[in-house]
Amino acid sequence: MDDWLSFILARYNYWIVITLMMTGLYIVFARGNLVKKIVGLNIFQTSVFIYYITIGKIAGGTAPIYMGGELDAAAHHEPEGVHGSEAGGDAVGHGADAAHDSAAGLHAKIDNSALELGNELKDALKKAPPQGEGAAESLHAMPDAGDKISNNTLSHLDKTPPKPGLELTPDGVHGAHDAATSAGHGAADAVHGAVEAIVYSNPLPHVLILTAIVVGVATTAVGLALAVRIREAYGTIEEDELEAADEIAEFGHQAGAEGAAA
Amino acid sequence: MSLISQLPVLPVVVPIIAAPITLLLPKGRAPHLWASVFSWITFGLCIWLFREVAATGPLSYFLGDWAPPIGIEYRIDLANALVLLLVSGIAALTFPFAYRSVQLEIDERQTPLFYGAMLICMVGLLGVTITGDAFNVFVFLEISSLSGYALIAMGARRDRRALTAAFNYLVMGTIGATFFVIGLGLLYQATGTLNMADLAQRLIGQENRMVQAGFAFILVGMGLKLAMFPMHLWLPNAYTYAPSAVTAFMAATATKVAVYVLIRFLFSIFNFDFDFIGASFTYVLLPLGLIGMFAASLVAVFQDDVKRMLAYSSVAQIGYMLLGLSFATVEGLTATLVHMFNHALMKGALFMAVACVVLRAGSSSINAFAGLSKRMPVTTWAFIISGLSLIGVPLTVGFVSKWYLLDAAFSAGHWYAGFLIVASSLIALLYIGRVAEQMLLKEPAEDGKYALPKEEAPMSMLIPMWVLIAANIYFGLRTDLTGDIATRAAEALMLMAGGAP
Repeated sequence: MDDWLSFILARYNYWIVITLMMTGLYIVFARGNLVKKIVGLNIFQTSVFIYYITIGKIAGGTAPIYMGGELDAAAHHEPEGVHGSEAGGDAVGHGADAAHDSAAGLHAKIDNSALELGNELKDALKKAPPQGEGAAESLHAMPDAGDKISNNTLSHLDKTPPKPGLELTPDGVHGAHDAATSAGHGAADAVHGAVEAIVYSNPLPHVLILTAIVVGVATTAVGLALAVRIREAYGTIEEDELEAADEIAEFGHQAGAEGAAA
Repeated sequence: MSLISQLPVLPVVVPIIAAPITLLLPKGRAPHLWASVFSWITFGLCIWLFREVAATGPLSYFLGDWAPPIGIEYRIDLANALVLLLVSGIAALTFPFAYRSVQLEIDERQTPLFYGAMLICMVGLLGVTITGDAFNVFVFLEISSLSGYALIAMGARRDRRALTAAFNYLVMGTIGATFFVIGLGLLYQATGTLNMADLAQRLIGQENRMVQAGFAFILVGMGLKLAMFPMHLWLPNAYTYAPSAVTAFMAATATKVAVYVLIRFLFSIFNFDFDFIGASFTYVLLPLGLIGMFAASLVAVFQDDVKRMLAYSSVAQIGYMLLGLSFATVEGLTATLVHMFNHALMKGALFMAVACVVLRAGSSSINAFAGLSKRMPVTTWAFIISGLSLIGVPLTVGFVSKWYLLDAAFSAGHWYAGFLIVASSLIALLYIGRVAEQMLLKEPAEDGKYALPKEEAPMSMLIPMWVLIAANIYFGLRTDLTGDIATRAAEALMLMAGGAP
């Protein structure tokens, strides 16, 4: 019973998608009012938007950013990060391997935030004892990758509650921060914590769905415009009345009388 | 940065830039000339592209120079080069043809909008065909559909039912497109890519529930767009009440492009290693194709509106195309590609002939065709020749398609399908014969609602129509042209799908 419940709860966003999808389709088919049909169509499309946003969420992946050739270590697993959730866990495991690797990941993190937190962490890393230096240097070796990264990822991170079934927590960021400022334990551990803490959103599904939203808005506009024109031409937007009116026009009064009676 | 290296993107870029400019032109003749010129330029580009592809093999173009799979890729092989040629060729004939017909059927103030929408519709169809990116297909599909809804609704000046027809098409089309996007989302979740070639690579060995569901959504979504038999209900009304020139253009191109997308997904993205592909051929496409052939043809016989009759006939012809590809052999796929091309030629010509009658007689009812041969002989013979082509009489393209289809049916071991193809062609003889009888044997009405004027349709309509009919006969005689190209395209597709050659 518990398994069953957690199975459902852990996938709550998919259930929302399915419910909305079926609701929307039902409205489209069951309602005779043309505007309500358009509304149903919108609900149906919204479910798809939510679905795409759901699949854009990747826990533990690194940001899909092209960096220069000198950043081979960092770039190494980024293309995978672009591609789907299966790469997520992989990237986390990978980040733990070497200080250099992790520092690269952390740097991505810092640039992601571009906030005080990141800067503090940077300073802390500079002051870190010798075993942390390798990490700090590789940090400086990445000059302008930050420009390419959107700043909103961190705010997103802060707002997102940990999803059930994922072992990552946003708190890890603060954990990393503390560890780095204490400066005693070596930067590598802190960096590792920070990498684990990254919950980022794959931008591609968002871009896709932004396109789909534009298409959806256009469809709604055309649909409503047609509804307005239908009302001008027929004086009604109820489907059964429209059919009756067409019947009167085509078969004359007799069928028309029946249509009116119906 | 030479022009040739940018060639693959030009058929989309040139008309999409021209389309909004149409709106700025003064009402009347100017938008028509502008749109026609650009449809010719596009046709020229597509011919050029086709020759390049036929000579050197598939072309690939990276938009913004971003290498796939990150960037969007335009990829043109023989199969879509053929469809590109078809869409732009039909456009290059229907745009000049449209002028007089549109003058009658559409408010003059709307002409810039009308021709702008026609150009956008053409761009959408070309884009769907040319692109190598699965999500790009959706975007272009909606570009063409949205302008299509607007174009169909413009028929409201002649008959207000165009509005409800357009609305129904909008609802069905949007559901279809959204299903397609859901399917793409599932595939994206399984693979993390949207580039078609990359998708095919990453899908190998992934026969899981997610991929199956994705395929099912795509099949149903495209089925709605291409009017696969039980999902065809939007089509007859939309084609009947749309302005005649729009019907001629859309009937010849829109559903063909959707069939092409289906082929692309079935053969290039998925392959025969997936059990569900074989199952969908055997249990979905083959039976639905066969039922569609008969059900829609039979309904067509009892229609009193010639436009509606031809619309149902289009649904039946889609059945032939689905039947051909469901054999999953090179012959079958060749037959489908050939029939896509040929059906566009004959349906384009038939709807153009109807447009001529609508222009002169003001109606597409079968009564308006009574005694047409005595008043408009040129149009009458255009209708009869393209009608014979639809039935599949030798020396026309229809015969070539039927021949390839029969050949494919027998060599695939579906001998019963061969007989059914012939039987359904006989039904086509019935409904075309009905109109032909009205035109040739009846006396023209002297007065009343369907009184015919004495004049023939204007040259601006007759010339494009007869060019299409000449193509019907030319490609009916020179079978090697379309047949060879289609065979080569089909072989390439089958190679990608990993089927037996």
